[in-house]
Amino acid sequence: MQPIHMEEVQKALNRFTNQDVYLHLETTNGAYASHHNEGFFAAGAYIRNGRIRFSRAKIAGKGPYRVGLKLDFGWVYAEGLTDWEVTDTEQLLLAGHDYEGKLAVALQLSYEPF
Amino acid sequence: MERHILVVFPHPDDESFGVSGTLAMFAEQGVPITYACLTLGEMGRNMGIPPFANRETLPSIRKKELEDACRVIGIHDLRLLGFRDKTVEFEDEELLTDRISAIIAETNPSLIITFYPGYSVHPDHDACGAAVIRAVERMPKEKRPVVHCVAFAKNCEKEIGKPNIVRDVSAVIDKKIAAIQAHRSQTEGLMKAATKYGGDAITRFKTERFWTFKW
Repeated sequence: MQPIHMEEVQKALNRFTNQDVYLHLETTNGAYASHHNEGFFAAGAYIRNGRIRFSRAKIAGKGPYRVGLKLDFGWVYAEGLTDWEVTDTEQLLLAGHDYEGKLAVALQLSYEPF
Repeated sequence: MERHILVVFPHPDDESFGVSGTLAMFAEQGVPITYACLTLGEMGRNMGIPPFANRETLPSIRKKELEDACRVIGIHDLRLLGFRDKTVEFEDEELLTDRISAIIAETNPSLIITFYPGYSVHPDHDACGAAVIRAVERMPKEKRPVVHCVAFAKNCEKEIGKPNIVRDVSAVIDKKIAAIQAHRSQTEGLMKAATKYGGDAITRFKTERFWTFKW
């Protein structure tokens, strides 16, 4: 993956608008967060291959970045994004890596299921 | 002498941290080992700086690391059960139990190694151990293999007592460290830290602890 280039990511996002696409969205603290630190409140969420359609997509922020997708009846967003990649099969992978290189958040779009 | 050992864990690297010394010692004695690994650790978070992996490429990287670790330990029969990391506790319990029962029936182990359900921190660990216990419970008492459980929750000694097996694996510590290092995507940072802190961290690897499950 490469550090996010806003204009390039915006172009990649635009290619997914107004059609059914597959979403992978996750955020996690890791399963051991509250084992190592009892005062830590661990939380996370995960959706893989959710099928969505959005009319508008935008990347915002100065890095780490935020991305919002405007659905017909709602929104998807992620924050803390740092890196990106477009795969051979045109999947757009966006990820937020923390200061230790750990994946903290991922937002990915694909024309076919992941 | 064990007839056959069946190891059931949910993630590539679970075997290396907790029990690879024990397994390497048995393998050196010529005991056949089957390792049923439930997932490919698809939800691992270490991607490196700069990232060497992403959410989609990590599973194949971890599969290769697992195969390397098995080679180091002397495990020749690796079964990948195809469940997904962090979803084991949500799976159909019967399905999980059936899959494990089938492997028990096929390999006829005298010893099974898994996580102690309820005392193994990660939800996948607990669900994996619980499925193994259910599978063995289905068998008539006199035919059940011995089950050695790994536990490391903070409250485990208080609630289930001290481990009844404390095995010194220093004779095979080189193999154990090589197995841990084989899981490079997960352990590189940790091994650097262990080396930095020196003695203590490595000393801890030299002992493996098990609780024999009581029916």
